[in-house]
Amino acid sequence: MNALRRMGPALLAPVLAVVVALVISSAVMAALAVNPFDVFAVMLDFGDSPTQQVTAMVVIVNRAIPLFLAGLAVAIAFRMGLFNIGVEGQYRLATIIAAAAGAAISLPGPLHILVIMLVAVIVAAVWAGIVALLKVTRGVSEVISSIMMNFIALGLASYLLTGPFRGSPEGASIISTAEIPESGQMPGLNGIFGALGLANPPRQLYGFLLIAAVVGVVIAVLLNRTRFGFDLKASGMSPSAASASGVNARAMVVKTMLLSGAVAGLIGLPDLLGNTHSYTTDFTAGLGFLGIAVALLGRNKPVGIAFAALLFAFLDRALVPLQIADYPSSVVTIVQGTIVLAVVVANEIARRVARRSAERGTAAPAGGPPTGNGGTGPAQTTPPGGTDERQGAQA
Amino acid sequence: MAGAGASGGTPPAGSPAQDAPLAVELRGITKRFPGVVANRDIELTVRRGEVHAIVGENGAGKSTLMKTLYGEHRPDEGTILVDGRELSFRSPSDAIAAGIGMVHQHFMLADNFTVLENIVLGSEPTRGGRLDRAEARRRILEISDRYALDLEPDELVENLGVGDRQRVEIAKVLYRDARILILDEPTAVLVPQEVDELFGNLAELKREGLTVIFISHKLDEVRKVADSITVIRRGTTVGIADPRTTTARQLAEMMVGSELPSPETRTSTVRDVPVLRLDGVTVASLGGRPAVDDVSLTVREGEVVGIAGVEGNGQAELVDAVMGLRPLAGGTVWFGDKDITAWSTRERREAGFGFIPEDRHRQGMLLEGTLWENRILGHQTRPPAAKGWFIDRKASREDTARIMKNYDVRAPGPDTLAVALSGGNQQKLIVGREMESSPRLLVAAHPTRGVDVGAQAAIWELLKDARAEGMGILLISADLDELIGLSDTLMVMLRGRLVAELEPATCTPEQLGGHMTGGTAAAGAA
Repeated sequence: MNALRRMGPALLAPVLAVVVALVISSAVMAALAVNPFDVFAVMLDFGDSPTQQVTAMVVIVNRAIPLFLAGLAVAIAFRMGLFNIGVEGQYRLATIIAAAAGAAISLPGPLHILVIMLVAVIVAAVWAGIVALLKVTRGVSEVISSIMMNFIALGLASYLLTGPFRGSPEGASIISTAEIPESGQMPGLNGIFGALGLANPPRQLYGFLLIAAVVGVVIAVLLNRTRFGFDLKASGMSPSAASASGVNARAMVVKTMLLSGAVAGLIGLPDLLGNTHSYTTDFTAGLGFLGIAVALLGRNKPVGIAFAALLFAFLDRALVPLQIADYPSSVVTIVQGTIVLAVVVANEIARRVARRSAERGTAAPAGGPPTGNGGTGPAQTTPPGGTDERQGAQA
Repeated sequence: MAGAGASGGTPPAGSPAQDAPLAVELRGITKRFPGVVANRDIELTVRRGEVHAIVGENGAGKSTLMKTLYGEHRPDEGTILVDGRELSFRSPSDAIAAGIGMVHQHFMLADNFTVLENIVLGSEPTRGGRLDRAEARRRILEISDRYALDLEPDELVENLGVGDRQRVEIAKVLYRDARILILDEPTAVLVPQEVDELFGNLAELKREGLTVIFISHKLDEVRKVADSITVIRRGTTVGIADPRTTTARQLAEMMVGSELPSPETRTSTVRDVPVLRLDGVTVASLGGRPAVDDVSLTVREGEVVGIAGVEGNGQAELVDAVMGLRPLAGGTVWFGDKDITAWSTRERREAGFGFIPEDRHRQGMLLEGTLWENRILGHQTRPPAAKGWFIDRKASREDTARIMKNYDVRAPGPDTLAVALSGGNQQKLIVGREMESSPRLLVAAHPTRGVDVGAQAAIWELLKDARAEGMGILLISADLDELIGLSDTLMVMLRGRLVAELEPATCTPEQLGGHMTGGTAAAGAA
C-alpha cells in the first residue's frame, strides 16, 4: 500500500498522457472520417486461434526488446541531463560491424554470440564517446554533434554494406552482409510456451529477451544503488552541486556517454541474432529515435521503460492488421507522436505539482504554528532589528 | 520611519528636492519566499528629481525590493505609491506604464543588433507595419542630446565598451518614457573613469527632473552621487541618511549593524600544526586583472581564519580554488605537509575538507533530491553513505535521521525532498553533514547567510566547538560581527588581494568596513 502511494504520482502522469493521446488521436481520426473505435478494435484484435494470439504477443515482445534497450540507452544519458540523440547512428553502425565480424569468424556457440555482442557494444560506445570527447574538450553541444554523428554513421553503414562488408551476390534485390554461421545465431525461447501449456507459435521468441532483462536489472541497480548512479543523478539534478561534492563533471560526461552508447550497441542484436542473421538494407531503422520517446514515457526508469516499450510495440504490431483492414496505418504514428507530446507536458506538470506539494507539505511543521494565528499583518510583528538601529547610527 | 538614526531623521536642509513631491513611496512592504522573509516592513520615500541611494550588504534584500517596485513579483504586504497614486503591478510592463524603468546589473542587450535596434526592441515605432527607422533615430538622438548620452544609433552593440552599453540601457529605459529610473549596482562593472561619466549622466537626468534610485554597496560612490540614502539591513529599512553629513564609516555601521549577541570566541585554541597553507595562489579571470591575486595564508589546527571583503573581490574564486573547483593560474596549495595543488575536489573531500558553500542552492543541495541524498552529497564515497561501490541506502537514511535530530533539521523524514525545507533548515542539514564527517579543514562561505537568528546562533556554536576540537576553519563572510567574533586571524580581501591583517580582539566593524572599501587602508594600518 505504501509502495502504491509512492508509485501513484509517478504512474499518474504517463497513464494520463496515454489517455489524452488516445483522445487526441481519436479526434484526428474522426477528422479523417475514420471511425476511431473500429481502429482500436483492429488494434486489440489478436486473432481467433490460440496460435494467432500467441504469435501476436511474440511479435509485440520481440519488438519491445530493442525498444526497451533503445529507451534504456537514451535514459542513461537523460538522467544526467545529456541528450544522446545519436542512439540511432550508434546502433546501426554497431550492428553492421557486428554482423560482418560475426560472419567472418567461427567460434563455438555461446562464445561466438558473446564476441558479436562485444563488437557491437564497443563500436557504439566508441561512436558515443566521440560525442562526449567533443563536449568535454571543445564544448560542442552533444545534441548537435550526436545528430551529425548519426548522418556520418548512416552513411558509413551504407558504404560498408555496399562495399567491404557486402555478402550478397551481385545484382540481388536486397543487399546484405554475409550470413552469421549457426554458432553465432541465438536460439529462441519457444520452449516456454510448451511449458506454460500455450500454443507454440510459428515465430521464435527472441532469446535476447533474457539478455535485455539482465541488462535492465544491471542498469537499474547501477543507476539506483551505486556510487556511480548517485554521481550521475546528482549531476543531472545540479551540475554545480555535483561538482562541489567532488564529481568530476567531464569524466562523468564521458562515462555516461560511453555507457549510453554501450547499451545502444545492443539495440540491433535481438533482430540480428534471433532473426535476420545478417545486416540488410531493410534492417529495422528508427529504433534510436523511438527510444527517445520510450525513455520519456518511461520517465527514465528501467521498469517504466519496459512498459513503455511494450506499449509502443503493441502499437507497432497494429501496423499490418490496420493495412489489411484498409485503415491508414499512419494512425499508429499519430498515436505514438501524441503520446510523446502528452508525456512531455504531463511529466512537467507532475514535476511541478510534486514540487509545489512538497514545498507546502512541510512549510507548517518547519515554521511552527501556521501563519494564520498572527494574521493581522505587519503592524504586530516587531522587527528584531527594531531596537538596534539607533545603536548602530549613534556609535 | 522608526529607525531614523542620528544621521537621518531630518531631511537634508537646503536640498533642492526638499519640498518636492514624492515620486515613490513604499509602505510596509513585506515579501516572503519559501523559508525566508526577503523583505520585511520596508519603508521608502523617494522625492521627485533626486538621486536616492539604497545601500545594504549583499543579501540584505535590495534586489528583492527593486524587483517588487519593478513589478517582477508582488509583495505579500504593503503598498506602492507612485506620484502619490497607489498602484499594484502585475508585471514589469505595468511598472513601465507607470513610468518606472530598470537598468539591470547584467546588461540585456542583443550584441548583433545596432544601438538603435536594441533601444527600440519591444516598443518599435512602425509605419505601415514596418520599423520606422527615421522616427526611431530622431527620438534616440533627441534623448541622447538632452541627457548627454552620446549615442551612435548605427553602431553594433558588440563593438561597444561597458560604459557605452550601460548608456544604451539607460536610453532604452528613457525611450519608454520612464520618469523614475532604477539602477541596480550600476558601478559594479565600470572602471573609475566610466563611473565618473555615469555620475555625469545621472546629474543630467536629475537636472531634467527625473528620479533615480541607485542601488549600491559602495559607500564612497553613494556619498558622492546621492541626495539621500536609505539603508537596508537584513531585509528591512533601518534608517535614512544625508550623504553630506554622514561618513562612510557611519553608513557602514548602519549597513552591518551590531545588534546580535556577538559570536565571540573567548580563549584561543590555535595549535602549531598548519592544516591549510596557500602560497601565492592566483586565479585568472576572464578580463585582465586576476580574480585572486597572489594570496598566501595559513590555517592552523583550531584556528579560524576569517576573510572579510565586499562581495565580488575574489572571495568566491578563492573558495573555489581551495576546494579544487577552479584551476590555479599560479601558486601552491598545501594540506598539512602535502602539496595538493593538483588534487581533484573529490580527493580533497576524502582527505578531510568540509565545505559549506556560499550559495547552498547552487553548490550545496540537490533541491529535487531527498534529504538522505543530500546528506550523502559530498560524502558519497565514504561510510555511512557508501559500502564498496554501492550506496548504502539504509545506513544513509538512518544517519540522516540522526543528523536531523542532532542538528534540529525540521522535516518529516529522510525521504522528504530538500526543496520542502526552509532555508535555515537546509543550511542546518548542510552544516550537520559537513561537521559529521569530522573534517580537518572546513571551508565555510557565509555559513549563516539567510538563516534566522536562532539557527545562526546554533551554527556559530557548532563552529566554535569544532574549532576547540582542532578543526581549522577558513571563514568567508559578509557579516562583520560574525567575522570579528569567530576569527582568530582576520584578513581583508580587496580586488583579489589580501590587503590587511587585523587583530579581531581589538578590531571594530567600522575599521573593518574601512579596509573592505579600501578607504582607510593607510589610516587603519597605522
